[in-house]
Amino acid sequence: MDFATFNGLYTLFLIIIFVALILWAYSKKQKQTFEEMGNSIFEDDLDSKQYESTSSEHTGAKK
Amino acid sequence: MTTATNIQPDYNMKVVRQFTLTTILWGIVGMSVGVLIAAQLIWPALNFDTPWLTYSRLRPLHTNAVIFAFGTSALMATSFYVVQRTCQTRLFGGPLASIVFWGWQIVILSAAISLPLGYTTSKEYAELEWPIDLLITAIWVVYATVFFGTMAIRKTSHIYVANWFFGAFILTVAVLHIVNSMAIPVSMSSMKSYSVYAGAVDAMVQWWYGHNAVGFLLTAGFLGMMYYFVPKQANRPVYSYRLSIIHFWALIAVYIWAGPHHLHYTALPDWAQSLGMVMSLILFAPSWGGMINGIMTLSGAWHKLRTDPILRFLVVSLSFYGMSTFEGPMMAIKTVNALSHYTDWTVGHVHSGALGWVAMVSIGSIYHLVPRLFGQKGMYSTALVNLHFWLATIGTVLYIVAMWISGVMQGLMWRAVNEDGTLTYTFVESLEKSYPFYTIRFVGGAIFLTGMFIMAYNTYKTVSAEEGSIKPQELG
Repeated sequence: MDFATFNGLYTLFLIIIFVALILWAYSKKQKQTFEEMGNSIFEDDLDSKQYESTSSEHTGAKK
Repeated sequence: MTTATNIQPDYNMKVVRQFTLTTILWGIVGMSVGVLIAAQLIWPALNFDTPWLTYSRLRPLHTNAVIFAFGTSALMATSFYVVQRTCQTRLFGGPLASIVFWGWQIVILSAAISLPLGYTTSKEYAELEWPIDLLITAIWVVYATVFFGTMAIRKTSHIYVANWFFGAFILTVAVLHIVNSMAIPVSMSSMKSYSVYAGAVDAMVQWWYGHNAVGFLLTAGFLGMMYYFVPKQANRPVYSYRLSIIHFWALIAVYIWAGPHHLHYTALPDWAQSLGMVMSLILFAPSWGGMINGIMTLSGAWHKLRTDPILRFLVVSLSFYGMSTFEGPMMAIKTVNALSHYTDWTVGHVHSGALGWVAMVSIGSIYHLVPRLFGQKGMYSTALVNLHFWLATIGTVLYIVAMWISGVMQGLMWRAVNEDGTLTYTFVESLEKSYPFYTIRFVGGAIFLTGMFIMAYNTYKTVSAEEGSIKPQELG
């Protein structure tokens, strides 16, 4: 396989990986998991109490 | 040692406190040198005819101090804090964290001594000579061991996105530093060394390093900060966690190729220049993806900006990040670069990122950290935080606008030719026209520095107050 062919196939390979990554990240199956990960920084958190009064009703942040 | 009441006692917060306070100290030192050299460009007599205070020696001192002393201290403080909080475990390696802190301080002091003495490799942002480079490598390995070790012993099932960015920063900076600093000393008793690379290869390695120091130290690391401190300060989860995954992989995959845009119209092969230009243009997408993810975290909670100056710092830093990452790809286009290269436009672009993004996101994160690290419910004075915010914003805007105008003017004057092909202006004529803008830049920098002194005062009052005596405040 010459260099140009290899480069072409390698680029194609990377594009497929990237598209697969997007499909995986945005699949319905993963939605719940990722929302939990986003909220994980609020778990076991004593120091956010100072904002509790103002913590918006629409945050979805788990306390 | 006082243990803050609101932090779980088994976390190692001592090293975080140390790095947090030194961030402010080195910020003041590094920015003071910057203001001094800005003044030297207006009043050259300010070098006092001493070799140690010449512009050429203080300029690398300024860049090293703000990037590796201020910026990297901020990164070490926040990465050690975030990795513990999100992995819910104490830092790995016990005393290793202290070695990172004191070792890094020795690196900073070595730079502060050797650069004014004139020791330099002449590689931009990698000026430090080989013995210091070896020390940096050793300390960095310990830093990586502590960080990745903590991730390995985490109590949580997943690794929060901020840690991915911090991890990419630590790993890539290690590779960049080792490859670019490959040099052979003249003798073992000499500070002087020569790079193992030569000619265009040396230039390409240097700017592969240089641009990825921007991409991974000054961007990925601080994005790690963004992904933790923006959601925490806004008290809402990040806008889209899925977008953050795409953001991460796209950013690190593309950034590494953008270096050649520093070498347009040089001896670097044309194809490499064009590749660098195209990859820099593609880089716009992940950069803005990340910026939007950060800013949109506030969607539905914009009202918090009215009362919380710390959130203002974080959100405005993201706006400057968006501006710089739009400007950067534009400047990487070869025809635009033909005008902008070697002018003050570049200096303005760098400071739009450095003051507007890196410094402001660090300042916001540190204002978030200080009360939590020292057992308080808030900073001593929220009004002073707000004053600092306005000084930082106005200082940055004055600085970058002055440099834009000066830079475009210089570019146009340098390329102007008469009908017979001779240059219309001499270099000195363009220099004379730049003086007013140098003065505005000096004023902008001095205003930004003033804000840092206010931060130091506010931090001193917070740290020295009786534990728990400061109540949370909001702007009226």
